[in-house]
Amino acid sequence: MKKEDKSIDKASQELLEIAEKEGIDTAWDRYEAMVPQCGFGELGLCCRNCLLGPCRIDPFEEGPQKGVCGATPEIIGARNLTRMIAAGAAAHSDHGRDIAHTLLMTAQGKTKSYGVKDEQKLLSLADELGIKTDGRDKKEIAIEVAEKVFSEFGQQHGELQFSHRAPEKRQALWRKLGIMPRGIDREIVEVMHRTTMGVDNDCENLITHGMRTALGDGWGGSMIATELSDVLFGTPRPIRAKVNLGVLKQDEVNLVVHGHEPTLSDVIVTASQDKELIELAKKNGAKGINLAGICCTANEILMRHGIPIAGNFLQQELAITTGAVDLMLVDVQCIMPALSSVAKCFHTKIVSTSPKAKFPGAEHVEFKEEEALPIAKKIVRMAVENFKNRVKEKVNIPNEKMDLVAGFTAETVFKFLGGKYRATYRPLNDAIISGRLRGVAGIVGCNNPKIKQDWGHVEMAKELIKNDVLVVVTGCSAIASAKAGLLKPEAAFQYAGKGLQEICETVGLPPVLHVGSCVDNSRILITLSNVVAEGGLGDDISDLPVAGAAPEWMSEKAVSIAFYFVSSGVFTVLAPPFPILGSKEVTELLTRKLEGIVGANFAFESDPIKAAHLMIDHINKKREALKLKPVMYEREKMVVK
Amino acid sequence: MGKIFCDIKKCLGCKSCEIACAVEHSESKNTFQAIREEKKPRQRVVVRSTSKEPFPLRCHHCEEAPCVQACMSGAMYKDEQGFTKHDEDKCVGCWMCIMVCPFGAISRQESLALKCDLCPDKEDSFACVEGCPTKALFVGTWEEFKKKLGQEKR
Repeated sequence: MKKEDKSIDKASQELLEIAEKEGIDTAWDRYEAMVPQCGFGELGLCCRNCLLGPCRIDPFEEGPQKGVCGATPEIIGARNLTRMIAAGAAAHSDHGRDIAHTLLMTAQGKTKSYGVKDEQKLLSLADELGIKTDGRDKKEIAIEVAEKVFSEFGQQHGELQFSHRAPEKRQALWRKLGIMPRGIDREIVEVMHRTTMGVDNDCENLITHGMRTALGDGWGGSMIATELSDVLFGTPRPIRAKVNLGVLKQDEVNLVVHGHEPTLSDVIVTASQDKELIELAKKNGAKGINLAGICCTANEILMRHGIPIAGNFLQQELAITTGAVDLMLVDVQCIMPALSSVAKCFHTKIVSTSPKAKFPGAEHVEFKEEEALPIAKKIVRMAVENFKNRVKEKVNIPNEKMDLVAGFTAETVFKFLGGKYRATYRPLNDAIISGRLRGVAGIVGCNNPKIKQDWGHVEMAKELIKNDVLVVVTGCSAIASAKAGLLKPEAAFQYAGKGLQEICETVGLPPVLHVGSCVDNSRILITLSNVVAEGGLGDDISDLPVAGAAPEWMSEKAVSIAFYFVSSGVFTVLAPPFPILGSKEVTELLTRKLEGIVGANFAFESDPIKAAHLMIDHINKKREALKLKPVMYEREKMVVK
Repeated sequence: MGKIFCDIKKCLGCKSCEIACAVEHSESKNTFQAIREEKKPRQRVVVRSTSKEPFPLRCHHCEEAPCVQACMSGAMYKDEQGFTKHDEDKCVGCWMCIMVCPFGAISRQESLALKCDLCPDKEDSFACVEGCPTKALFVGTWEEFKKKLGQEKR
């Protein structure tokens, strides 16, 4: 594969060339070696859930059509996919649990490294959770909020508190379908039960419970992670920063944080500004300490502190290949086990920190909330002391870096549309009603070497904004759009359609809005509910002219996200497809039948332009159903072959 | 081009060669689309096993091919390179080739015999060999294959 076919990112291309010259294996090389990938796996036709197997079904209908137990492609596909939802929901929710734990310890005074940065949010959460706030000590309230949130994980019956943020009609539908999540952990455990040998064998019944589990993530675990992170670390506000590997510095200690939870990375920000450590860096011949991030932990500290982002998922190995990273700190999720072998070619230290995630070949410095700041300082010191081992001849920092504005949330951005003094969603709704805006689309998810890095995200975003669709992005998709310059307000003039351009110009917004990390997809759910509540666009999320996409997904977390969006009523386009195409019934259920059940479908389309037009067509269909005015500046209809 | 050999010690019985073969013989040559094609693409290699040892079974392009000798319509023939080919237009579906093949490497597709055609759409490789994740399948001369087996730790 040529480097131009691997990534659209110039910085990635430059480093891929170096990796090739130096004989460093990257995910792209390993992917090429893996091709063709197992057809049974791709189609979802293999089952390893019991030792009657492993079984696989012949997609060409010559060989076995049933597993040893009698499982059909339908059963196998649905079981496997439901397990993927459970794994994704577990990852997001365990992240949320960790944040709740940090809040509890902070309030109990067991750690001095954190504080409540957003009291207002703490109080409004307390109100929402039915906790008295009048005349009470903040710490007491915080303890009770944390305990109440903890109980949502283990709750056995009833309904998740935050699911009540959804429009009434949606809640009623969830109750009717029996998919209102009861407890976050309970639904995940039930997936494991239902999908074990000889339990649930009805593909629709399985997928339905998968939806319940995913809702427990989006309106539960992920939303808890987002809300409590805002309480602890502050609710993000629009902030300027820079992105791409060019943010690494030749003459400073480069410490890169990679992973997901802000509990450590946020404290690393404080530690990296420690005078004593900066002094030590200078003694070691560096001009200072430069902190940068990869993946969602990067998004967390970008939004709250303006810390630059070094890259997204497929750039983790390339960051080390610059030879300029003195230490890469990792916690949980999306961290390639390959990092330690790439690091062996350089002076880079890989430091793992979570007791849940150890990496052979990495140094382990275990993170504990009680001693967060001293541990953070210790890690920064390790980075500083490793600076002198950097080999100058091996340093290749690309020039690529891009300006961006990030830090939009359900509370801030859309209210900004209405100005500081009349904060309301009205202007957003009016913009859609009047046809200045066609609608809103979310682009989320990962990188995947099956798709040219960032190409899916960026081409899709450009096509949508060109057609007056406001785009919101999270996670690695947000970083992709940022690198392409789409998060700059100026991008509106270059890429956006006339209607969106007018709005961006008036308010000073970029046409693509960075709304956070992957758990922050919950911010999109809240925003959609707020838009429904504002009125004029129907009474359910499935009435709204909106759509979602994950054009380069790879993680099980993306499966859970996709399912909670569809179950909340948002049409969602994916590439690559779910590994279920070997089952006609499951494919039919997901791509057609679900619309009649939850008001939204999935679609699978690997061409980002065609996928964007599926989203635009869906948005147009919803506009028509709402009897909205025609789009103000309709472009000539593009014929997609 | 050499012949296809199999190091059966490396065969895990994963059937990836079967899928690769069927996809190669589909209209779209894409797994996701191939399974939906009206005329189901058919594989020409099949994984079988003797007691516990799996191995891919396909046409060995025998030097003295019984199928060629038995074919009454001349559909089975030897090309210039000595490979056994099948001319579908001449096939009358008498199944003599199936009867005489010592390996059981020929199957039926409707009224026609079906066997390995050495991937005519591929330039210098074979789908089953490319699809083999353990590299049990090998392309080369008999001498090259023997040399490879000798080089590897047994």
